[in-house]
Amino acid sequence: MLTKRVISCLDVRDGKLAKSVKFVDTKDIGDPVEKAREYYEAGLDELVFYDITASHEGRGIMLDVVRRVAEQVFIPFSVGGGLRSVSDAGQVLEAGAEKVNYNSAAVKRPELLEEAARAFGAQCVVLSMDVMRAPVTPELPSGFEVVIHGGRLRQGLDAITWARRAESLGAGEIVVNSIDADGTREGYDIEITRRIADAVSVPVIASGGGGENQHLYDALTAGHADAALVASMLHYGSHTVAGIKAYLSGRGLPIRKPPAA
Amino acid sequence: MITIVDYNAGNPTSVKRALASVGVESVISPSADVVRDAERIIFPGVGHARATMAVLIERGLDRALSDAFARGTPILGICVGAQLSLSHSEEGDTPCLGLVPGTVRRFPELAKELKVPHMGWNRVRVTRQHPLFEGVPDDNEFYFVHSYYLAPADGQRVLATTQHGIEFVSAFEIDNFAAVQFHPEKSGPLGIDILARFARWQPAARKAPAC
Repeated sequence: MLTKRVISCLDVRDGKLAKSVKFVDTKDIGDPVEKAREYYEAGLDELVFYDITASHEGRGIMLDVVRRVAEQVFIPFSVGGGLRSVSDAGQVLEAGAEKVNYNSAAVKRPELLEEAARAFGAQCVVLSMDVMRAPVTPELPSGFEVVIHGGRLRQGLDAITWARRAESLGAGEIVVNSIDADGTREGYDIEITRRIADAVSVPVIASGGGGENQHLYDALTAGHADAALVASMLHYGSHTVAGIKAYLSGRGLPIRKPPAA
Repeated sequence: MITIVDYNAGNPTSVKRALASVGVESVISPSADVVRDAERIIFPGVGHARATMAVLIERGLDRALSDAFARGTPILGICVGAQLSLSHSEEGDTPCLGLVPGTVRRFPELAKELKVPHMGWNRVRVTRQHPLFEGVPDDNEFYFVHSYYLAPADGQRVLATTQHGIEFVSAFEIDNFAAVQFHPEKSGPLGIDILARFARWQPAARKAPAC
């Protein structure tokens, strides 16, 4: 039986980790490669690297990070942030990532998903969508709106409409990131996660708000998600991969067993 | 030295890196001559059956792989590489290499929560002992990404099965050829171990070909 995945996201700026991240066995603090390796060895199922480098030169640095990760980390990982074209994606895949992650660029030009799926296969194309609660209107029948640039720009685009469209264009997986829940550590937005998971047939990853083991359990059961994304819970050291997984499998979910310690 | 077949089907570098992590040397090659004379071959791949078969034929790799198989070279097919070794694929109604009789089938309509592509970590139930799976624990998981599954004609050849709505073949072998549907290069330490065992695998001498 297919297991539920526990995924973590690392923000990278100019080749270094952008958030404060706690290191267990530190060799090079702030090195995303070192951190990725630590999580890999702990039994994490998948990783996401989000490149928040602003400059053009940063792109080459990120590709170097991707190559170094691919040399040491033998689980799937995706790269997002700043990808605007099919050739950007091709470079990232060539460097060793399994998947690419589009967010704002796909909202601005949805055909990008179609082009990338045609070039690399839908299994390589992940759509990340940032969503916020909004008053129900004829344009926003679900009461959830797609936003870009970290929530600063509302798009007048209904979250469920967008998820369905993205799937039909070729997104092979959808990350539902709740801007309302993000950073609160009070739990994922179960409602929008479930509504999107029920509206599409591709896997859905819950993101934003995870702070306790119970939150992942809720997202993977009541939220109908196939995977849950964790960031600060792991990065700040309050939880471990093994601890999260032991909790989830203890509650009866199919979970990949971490390697024996 | 392992030769990894390059035919524009996904990224052969991930297999090379996984081998390097356990000290196994490999070379990625698109050349039929190199593949034909290889000491040991990994035939990986991600992509559409019809498109990838066309590249194999264009490069003469179809003949090279058949020749290498006939002369007893140990070969490991991974994902699309495993699928293309069978006779036919339902994906694009594509005639394949036919190293092993059998077909590649599309997953049937499954329950809503069972998605296709079958993507993620799933258990491999080893049904017959084989050097590649030596020491793999029963409660294992390997990484899969596929919409079509292996259906070798001869059930005796099956090494392992996996459940996703249906029970499908996740590994089989015939003499010097072994095939896995999952991606050992993306399956963490258990997957790396399979690659390391392949690098040491000495298949029994191949029976003389029929003609």
